[in-house]
Amino acid sequence: MEWTTTIDAPGKVCLMQGNEAIVRGAVEAGINFAASYPGSPSSQVLDMLGRIANERGFYAQWAANEVCAMEACIGTSLAHARSLCIVKQNGLLICADALHCGAQHGVIGGVVVVTSDDPSAHSSTNEFDSRFMVESADLPMLEPTNTQEAKDLVPYAFELSEKLRQIVVIRLTTRVCHGRGNVVLGKLPEKPNPLRQVNEWDRLVCVSYRHTPMLKTLENFREEFEHCPYNHYEGPEHPEKLVVAGGTGCLYAKEALQRLGLEEKIGLLRLATVWPMPEALLLNYLKEAGSVLVVEEVDPFLEKGLQALAGKHRLQIRFAGRGDGGLPRIGELDPDVVMDAVRKLAEIPAPAGAAADRPEPLLERELNFCAGCPHRATFYLLKRALKRCSKEPGVVIGDIGCYIMSSQEAGHYIYQACNCMGSGINLAEGLGQLSNFGMRQPVVTMCGDSTFFHSALPGLLNASYYHSNMLMMVLDNSATAMTGFQPHPGTGLTAMGEQVEPMSIRAICESMGCRVTEADPFDVEGTQKILEELLPQPGLKVLIMRQPCATLMSKKQRKKRRVWIDQDKCVGNGCGCDRFCSRVWGCPGNSWDYEKNKAVIDPVSCVGCGVCAKLCPAGAIKVEDGED
Amino acid sequence: MGRLNFDPLNIVICGIGGQGNVLASELVSSTMNDLGYKVAVGETYGAAQRGGSVMSHVRVSEKFEMGVLIPRGEAHFIIGFEPLETLRQARQYAGPQTRIIYDPRPVYPQGVLQGRQVYPDLKAMEEEIASLAGDAVQVPAAAIAMECGDSRAANIALLGAFSTLSGAPLNSEELLDVLRQRFSGAVLEMNERVFIRGISAMRGSSLSEV
Repeated sequence: MEWTTTIDAPGKVCLMQGNEAIVRGAVEAGINFAASYPGSPSSQVLDMLGRIANERGFYAQWAANEVCAMEACIGTSLAHARSLCIVKQNGLLICADALHCGAQHGVIGGVVVVTSDDPSAHSSTNEFDSRFMVESADLPMLEPTNTQEAKDLVPYAFELSEKLRQIVVIRLTTRVCHGRGNVVLGKLPEKPNPLRQVNEWDRLVCVSYRHTPMLKTLENFREEFEHCPYNHYEGPEHPEKLVVAGGTGCLYAKEALQRLGLEEKIGLLRLATVWPMPEALLLNYLKEAGSVLVVEEVDPFLEKGLQALAGKHRLQIRFAGRGDGGLPRIGELDPDVVMDAVRKLAEIPAPAGAAADRPEPLLERELNFCAGCPHRATFYLLKRALKRCSKEPGVVIGDIGCYIMSSQEAGHYIYQACNCMGSGINLAEGLGQLSNFGMRQPVVTMCGDSTFFHSALPGLLNASYYHSNMLMMVLDNSATAMTGFQPHPGTGLTAMGEQVEPMSIRAICESMGCRVTEADPFDVEGTQKILEELLPQPGLKVLIMRQPCATLMSKKQRKKRRVWIDQDKCVGNGCGCDRFCSRVWGCPGNSWDYEKNKAVIDPVSCVGCGVCAKLCPAGAIKVEDGED
Repeated sequence: MGRLNFDPLNIVICGIGGQGNVLASELVSSTMNDLGYKVAVGETYGAAQRGGSVMSHVRVSEKFEMGVLIPRGEAHFIIGFEPLETLRQARQYAGPQTRIIYDPRPVYPQGVLQGRQVYPDLKAMEEEIASLAGDAVQVPAAAIAMECGDSRAANIALLGAFSTLSGAPLNSEELLDVLRQRFSGAVLEMNERVFIRGISAMRGSSLSEV
C-alpha cells in the first residue's frame, strides 16, 4: 500500500498501518534524512522510506546499528536538515549515550526519534518501556492513540523540535505499529525542507553548563504541551472519577465507558504528551477527582507522574493502574482487562460468568527454524561435535537473531546464556579467560551476520587482543533474516536499492588478528571435521558458517529440488534411528506417515536443501539430481 | 452505509504464518475504508514466519472510534484457516451471535510432528467449535486452492465463502470486484476460480444466502 505514503491528495481517507502512517507523516514533514536499524515492531518504517526516498528527494539508510543512525541524524541537524531516527524495541537503550548528550546540546534542524516498544514481547526477548529512558534524558515525548495521530504527530514533533531546538521522541507500541486504521491525508510539501550552510558559530556541544538551559527547554515543552491539540478530554466538566490514558489503551477505555453507558459520568483524558506532563491541564481534571484509573502500556509511568503531581498539590486521590493492581503489572493491555478496571473504577460488580467449566488449555505452537534453515544443521553439528571432542560439557552462549530459537527444541536447547544484542562474544570472552584458572570446558558463542556488524566488532577485538580461549561462530546467512531481509553492510545493497561493495566478514576478522575458518553447514561431514579440529585448540577461533537463509533463497529460486523417501530403504520404527528425520532433526519438511509407519516428506514445506538425506542412517531419503 | 447488522462489526481471521490471512484482512478492511466506514485492524503476528499463530481483528463501524482488538466474546464472524487455531480464537471471541467458517484441515505443530505433543482430536474440536458459536461451517479452503493450482490461495476460498454469509458487510460481487482491482492475468484467473469454488462450498449450509 505504498502509494498512500506519497499520493498528493489532501483530505483523502486511506486505510494505513501505523508504521505506514509514520512514513506518511515524515513525507508530509518534508524530511531530508532517515536512518534506522531493523527490528520489531517498526522495521517497515525504514523499508518504506528507503523505497520512496529517491522519489521524494531525501536520504534513507539501514545503519549498522541504532547509535550510527541516531548520531547521523544529530549530525545532519547542523545543516538544518529534518531527520528521522527509528529504533526498535530496546533500540533506545543502545543509543542511550547519544540521546543524553544530544539532549544536553539540543538540535538546530528538527530531529525526531521514533521508538517502538513491544508489550507482551510478541517478537522480543523482554518487555521494555522506553518512556523512563526519555524522562531520564530530560527529553520531550509524544505517544499516539491511533493511526491518524501516528501520522499527525510526526510533522507536529518536527515543528516543536525546531521551535524549541530539542530532540523530540515519539513512542509507539506494537498495536500502533502493526494495527491499521483510517487516516486523513495532509498536504505534501513541494520540496523537502531546505538545507542551510553550517555557520562558524553553530554549535552542538555537550558540556555541563548546558544542563540549566536543557531543563529550561523541558519547561518550555511543558508549557507547549498545556495547549497540545492532541490531548483530548471527554466527559463531565468536573469529574469525580477519571481515566487518564496514553497510547492504544485510550480506545479500550473509551469503548468500555461507552459499553457501560458511563460517558457522561466518568471523564476520559487522552494524553498524547507523555513527558513532560501538562500539569495545569491535568490538575484541572484531577482537582475534583476522588479516583483515577491510569491506562498505559508496560510500566506505571504516567501513574507515578500523576501520583507525584497529586502529592505535590496535596490532592486526596485513589489511583489504580499498572502499579497499583488495577491493571495487570505485566503484559499487553486488551479491551477486557481495561473493561475490568473501568468496572472497578465505576464500582460496578463484574458480570456473573460461567467460569466454572474451564476447558483444558490448547496446544501452543512452538517456534521452529524454517524448512531448510542452515541454523538447524549448524546447531545439530555443534551439539554433536561438542559431545565427541570434549570430556567436559561445552558452554554455549547465544545472541539475538533467528538463532535465538536454539534455546528451544528447535536448536536442541543448546545454549546456557543469552543477554542483549551483541553480548554473546563478551559473555564468552569472560568465560574464555577462566581457562587459565581451572575451567576446562570449551566455550562457544555465535552471532548472525547482521548482529556481527551491529555490535560484535568491539567484543571481537577485545577477545582477540586478550587471547580469550573460545570459538566464535558467525552464522552468515546473507540477511537480517529475523526482521524481513533488510540489507546490512555485508549484503552489498542499501535501503534505497543501490548496489555497493559488500564488507567482508572474513577480512574484518583477520584484520583484528583472528584465525578464520569457513564452513558450509550443509556440508555435514566437512563441517563436523572442522568443528572437531577447532574446538580443542587454544586461543580465539572464528568460524564463519556460510549458507543463505532458506526463506530468502525460496523467494529467489522458483524451482526447488524434489526430495522423497525410498520406501524400500526406510525401515520405519524397526530402524533403531528413533525416527531421526521427523523426531530429532525436526525440519518441517520431514514428517511421519502413521499408516505406513515410515518417514514422509511434506512437499509443501520442503525446500529441497537435502541435508536430511545426508543424515538418514538408512540412506532412505533421496534428492533429485543429488549424489546423496 | 447501512451495511452493518451490528455496529461495530467484529471479524476475527485466524491461522498460522504464511496462510495469507493478513491479505484477507487487508482486502476486507481497505474496501470498507473506501466505502466510507471507520475501520480498525489489529494484527498479531509475533514470529509468524516460524510456525506461530497469526490473527487479525477487523472492526468496522459507521460511528464509533474503535480500538484494534475485539473484546472477549464479541466476534460476529470468525474466519479460520486451521481447526486448532479456530478453536483457540473461538474460545476467546465467540458467542451466541458468532458465525464461524473454517478449514477443517489440520496443520500440525512441530511438536506433534516430532511425537512430543498430541494434536487434539478433530471430532472433539469440531464439536467444541460448534458449541461455542451460533453457527459453524467447514470449508475445505486449502483443498479447493490446491485443486485450483496454488495452495496459497486458501484465503481467497474462505473469502468466497464469507461473502455468502448473511450479515457479511460485502457480497460476492463486491469482493470479486476487489480481487479484479488487486490482481491481474493468470493470478486473477486462478483467484476467481478459487473464490467461486469457495462460494459453492457454502451451498446448502444453514449460514449461506446462496
